[in-house]
Amino acid sequence: MSGGVTRATRASNIGLVLALACLVALAFAPFWAGRDGMRLLIDAYLYLVLASLWNLLAGYAGLVSVGQQAFVGLGGYVLFGLAALAGVPPLLCIPIAGIAAAIIAIPVAAITFRLRGAYFAIGSWVMAEVFRLVASQISALGGGSGISLPAGIVTAMAASRHGREILVYWVALGLMVAILGGIVALLRSRHGLALTALRDNEMAARSNGIDVRRTKLVVFILVAAGTAMAGALIFLQRLRISPDAGFSVNDWTAFVIFITVIGGIGRFEGPFVGVVVFFVLRETLADLGSLYLMILGAIAILVMLKAPRGLFGFIAERTDTQLLPLQRRVRGV
Amino acid sequence: MTAWLNTIAQGVLVGGLYAMFAAGLSLIFGVMKLVNIAHGDLIVLAAYVALMVTDALGLNPILSLIVVVPVMATVGYLLQRGLLNRALGEDILPPLLVTFGLSVILQNGLLQLFSADSRRLQAGGLDVASVKLAEGLSLGVLPLLQFALAVLVIAGLHWLFYHTRLGRAFRAVSDDPRVAQLMGLDNRHVFGLAMALSLAIVAVAGVFLAVRTNFDPATGPARLIFGFEAVIIGGLSSLWGTLVGGILLGVVQAIGAEIDPGWQVLAGHVAFLAVLAIRPQGLLGGARR
Repeated sequence: MSGGVTRATRASNIGLVLALACLVALAFAPFWAGRDGMRLLIDAYLYLVLASLWNLLAGYAGLVSVGQQAFVGLGGYVLFGLAALAGVPPLLCIPIAGIAAAIIAIPVAAITFRLRGAYFAIGSWVMAEVFRLVASQISALGGGSGISLPAGIVTAMAASRHGREILVYWVALGLMVAILGGIVALLRSRHGLALTALRDNEMAARSNGIDVRRTKLVVFILVAAGTAMAGALIFLQRLRISPDAGFSVNDWTAFVIFITVIGGIGRFEGPFVGVVVFFVLRETLADLGSLYLMILGAIAILVMLKAPRGLFGFIAERTDTQLLPLQRRVRGV
Repeated sequence: MTAWLNTIAQGVLVGGLYAMFAAGLSLIFGVMKLVNIAHGDLIVLAAYVALMVTDALGLNPILSLIVVVPVMATVGYLLQRGLLNRALGEDILPPLLVTFGLSVILQNGLLQLFSADSRRLQAGGLDVASVKLAEGLSLGVLPLLQFALAVLVIAGLHWLFYHTRLGRAFRAVSDDPRVAQLMGLDNRHVFGLAMALSLAIVAVAGVFLAVRTNFDPATGPARLIFGFEAVIIGGLSSLWGTLVGGILLGVVQAIGAEIDPGWQVLAGHVAFLAVLAIRPQGLLGGARR
């Protein structure tokens, strides 16, 4: 075996095979999972996408945003605006929502990037509030009370409700694979190395010639696009959007942050673990209502203080495990 | 004309309240570089503590400050020693996420205890009393009192920072925590005192908030955002800046509301973004951060 740098380990090879097997099984879910099962899976895919994107933003690029709901709601509103007012096919609206968010992310970044570190977090939140308040002023989109997708557009997607649900399921699965695949490709590329350096030590990254500001900007724009596409799909599934639902800090930021932190921030695998924990807790404790959210908050605080790299990081550091070939390792030297 | 004058005067007085939101936030950022996302929820917590105190003791809300301020200061000290000190460090992520988690816990805890109904404190006639300055221009006694207290709080903080031993300790741990420790300061204790002071201010702000408007467990984040906007508009690391920022925010919101009720909060956000775009160091801020 020759010396050099490799990313693959035995665990990551097994992980890759298992991931492919899971994917095939999930593609056939409409045939083995019931309606509720499919709905749960769609939820899980979309939360996994949102958490993985937030992880890229906060965990790697150091941009701890609590305002990503801005782009979830934006994606939803672009879809509803184009589909309901201009008659664009809803599925086509999803990539358009991504492009729109990428364009809008540029001026948003120009302003919020003036705030450093922790203040950026609250600045991004203000930005999301601006989006919410502006959306509630647009009367063509239902103002503060929101808008439903007209029945004609819904039936044009698929004749039956069952057919539409299967369609949304496959689109959600496809979007998840595309976005997660994109993140893996990014992390394995030259830019990924820059991002990992940035994650570990911003000053050292800068001194090694990485253009930190540009790297952060590119990540911010890409994450905005992905988040908006997920948002468009979330509200396509719900068939209704309102400013409070679209720009909800609880649904699109608090849960996403908890998933990432509990699973493991700054590790690609973290959000996977986090999503599993989140949905297990949700399915068992959701009846507790606000008490459930308190438990979730407490777990996130506990993990942050006792195992800052999350459950996955906690295990991985002790066993040197990675489930996907991402880390570069020196071998045979 | 007098209508506009009235609007601006009301805005200035509300600005005093925003300055108090901001002063508590700015204080702990200055001392320990902590951005407390739960700040707004702690203001609402103070409002609920005042509600319980006035209900239990039959006190006037303004008098309830005698109880609410020490209670919140104690909460602050214990919170810092028990939880937040453990999150402080080089990495900005842990304190942010811990206070974010705390915010969710506080909001839902209050929801569990007090339900989502909106509440308000009655100040027994004081809340409707007003002083007439001119025809069509009169100011409420309560907003005036609130503004005067805000100026007093900021002036007091300024004095404390630059003329007392405690203030010197705050500045020392802020400049260089390691050296401060070498000089015999117990940083954990100093941070605890800073948070206690921050929450004492929060207590005053919370009581006035509760008398002025309806509040419910979900109103915290908006208070955090107003305080934060006042800090940035006025200029980071400037105590008087928080007052200027608070007043400007109050006035802009009042003018926005006058034009269209839906624009009140939005106008404040736009002013904040404009300051960030044009003068990111804030109005009274010195060198660029």
